[in-house]
Amino acid sequence: MEKKKINYKLMFELFMTFFKISPITFGGGFAMIPIMEEELVNKKKWIGKEEIVDVFAVSQSVPGAIAVNSATFVGYQIGGIPGALASLLGIVIPTFGIIIVLGALLASFQHNIHVQAALQGIRPVVVALIASAAYKMSKVSLVDKICFTLCAVCILVLLLFKSLNLILVILLGAFIGVIVVKVKMLNQVVSQKKVRGEKL
Amino acid sequence: MNIFVDMFITFFKLGLVSFGGGYAMIPLIQKEVENHHWLSMSQFTDMIAVSAMAPGPIATNTATILGYKIAGLPGALDACLAVSLPSLLLILIIGQLFIKYQNHPIVKAAFYGLRPTIVGIIAYAAIKFAISNGIIGGSNFIDVKSSIILVAAFIVLIRTKLHPAYLIILSGIVGIILF
Repeated sequence: MEKKKINYKLMFELFMTFFKISPITFGGGFAMIPIMEEELVNKKKWIGKEEIVDVFAVSQSVPGAIAVNSATFVGYQIGGIPGALASLLGIVIPTFGIIIVLGALLASFQHNIHVQAALQGIRPVVVALIASAAYKMSKVSLVDKICFTLCAVCILVLLLFKSLNLILVILLGAFIGVIVVKVKMLNQVVSQKKVRGEKL
Repeated sequence: MNIFVDMFITFFKLGLVSFGGGYAMIPLIQKEVENHHWLSMSQFTDMIAVSAMAPGPIATNTATILGYKIAGLPGALDACLAVSLPSLLLILIIGQLFIKYQNHPIVKAAFYGLRPTIVGIIAYAAIKFAISNGIIGGSNFIDVKSSIILVAAFIVLIRTKLHPAYLIILSGIVGIILF
């Protein structure tokens, strides 16, 4: 990776690049990926095609908004810590402004009967949005029966014990993953030994 | 505790553990909203609708609008900063390391268990939102009109690439006609 000399012009350019990308990417992180790739790899040539794949992979694994993570990471790769900061501000500021305006509008009109009715129609869509996020993620995450079971148990436990700490549940999920993979590997070793034993 | 400090700690904490991005953060935020009695569930649902309609990351949008609702513009700044800061810190501290170790067996194994758990949490959130908005489990057990909108929207969302904003606007119009 080629690290450019840190200068204000580059910082400003990074800021402006993300400032422009941010308001046109509806739908959050995943929608932003192809646009970022086009802008950063093809147009600005700041970062290579393979490097950006790594950036996106890490951005999806690290906690936090994928778009914010990607912008920050690209900024860091190109311009170090100042670059990361400039990119973060660039990606956050425009949508911050837009959301404040929308929030203020909602606050001033929410008692209007038509707005009330509209919101009543919109609420089921929000549920559908969340459900579809779960569905789409399940397509890539539930790769086998164990994953399916883990997911089903997780839903059931959360419905039964309402006061569970979600952060603990997430960490427990990761821990179970490590255990399951370990057990699987042990089983494989044992069965391989058995196979070999029978042949001998 | 001071509301700004309280909000900052809460959103910072959520930013640190929200694996899987925006929609994975919603159940976490929802739990905090409930515990702190910040908003009613239907108010919170409306905030998510606005966050999904607006451009930008759902996670920062939801945090910002929630902060705005709770404590005005300073609240919005507070929440937005708190939820974004962990991203910056994590990327700076472990970003490079992660490129190296993302294919390490233990990291892979942790994500193998993490992903289904996240899916479970988001699915649970969907059920919870459906209940608390009176779509299922209310006085009629199933609210027919809302349920039809829910199912129709779900099918559109998983079958097409239509942007949620259009769906939200359309359902708003349907709402004005129906309710």
